Amino acid sequence: MILLEITSWLFITTGALLGIAGGIGIHRFPDFYSRLHAVGVTDTLCAALFLVGLALQTGFSLASLKLLLIFIFLFFSSPTATHALADAALMGGLKPLLDEDNGGNDLDRHSD
Amino acid sequence: MIFSVAAFAILVTISLALARAFMGPTLYDRILAINMVGTKTVLLIAVFAVLSGRTSMIDIALTYALINFIGVVAVLKIVEQGNFFTSGDDDRAK
Repeated sequence: MILLEITSWLFITTGALLGIAGGIGIHRFPDFYSRLHAVGVTDTLCAALFLVGLALQTGFSLASLKLLLIFIFLFFSSPTATHALADAALMGGLKPLLDEDNGGNDLDRHSD
Repeated sequence: MIFSVAAFAILVTISLALARAFMGPTLYDRILAINMVGTKTVLLIAVFAVLSGRTSMIDIALTYALINFIGVVAVLKIVEQGNFFTSGDDDRAK
């Protein structure tokens, strides 16, 4: 029983840390598209970890089935919303920040 | 005890996202921040449901996740094409 508590506690803390990482990422990244990446990644994974952690707490019951449903829906809808957002932003004329903009003085000049 | 820590972490994330929503330069940053706030609210409701033992509240979290997704897509559609009525791609080329 204790093992179950510890694993669910582990899931929830990693989910919380990932959430905060996403929150920090949304402030530190220079450009909308990199911010979109930061939020899209951590959002989905943080939700997944939280829901699995909560499902461990509620054991085999209707509640964990509902949590699984939320997870499945978020698993499909969050990337779709992020994609629609990126598409709308690109259509709306928001240019991504490329390394040529700031003089292209990046170290790994792979884009010749 | 662990759930209060998780709820506090989610509140911190929501406040960070709201800060980005307020100072986000472009409109799309704001939509992104609100999308993030919506997903985190779903998690907050789920954590609070399990915390207080009232597992019937998880349906609220599920409904909120559905509505949040529809809301983001609706805002994007009206921002991109200016109205809801033209379903085709004809006026995207403009």
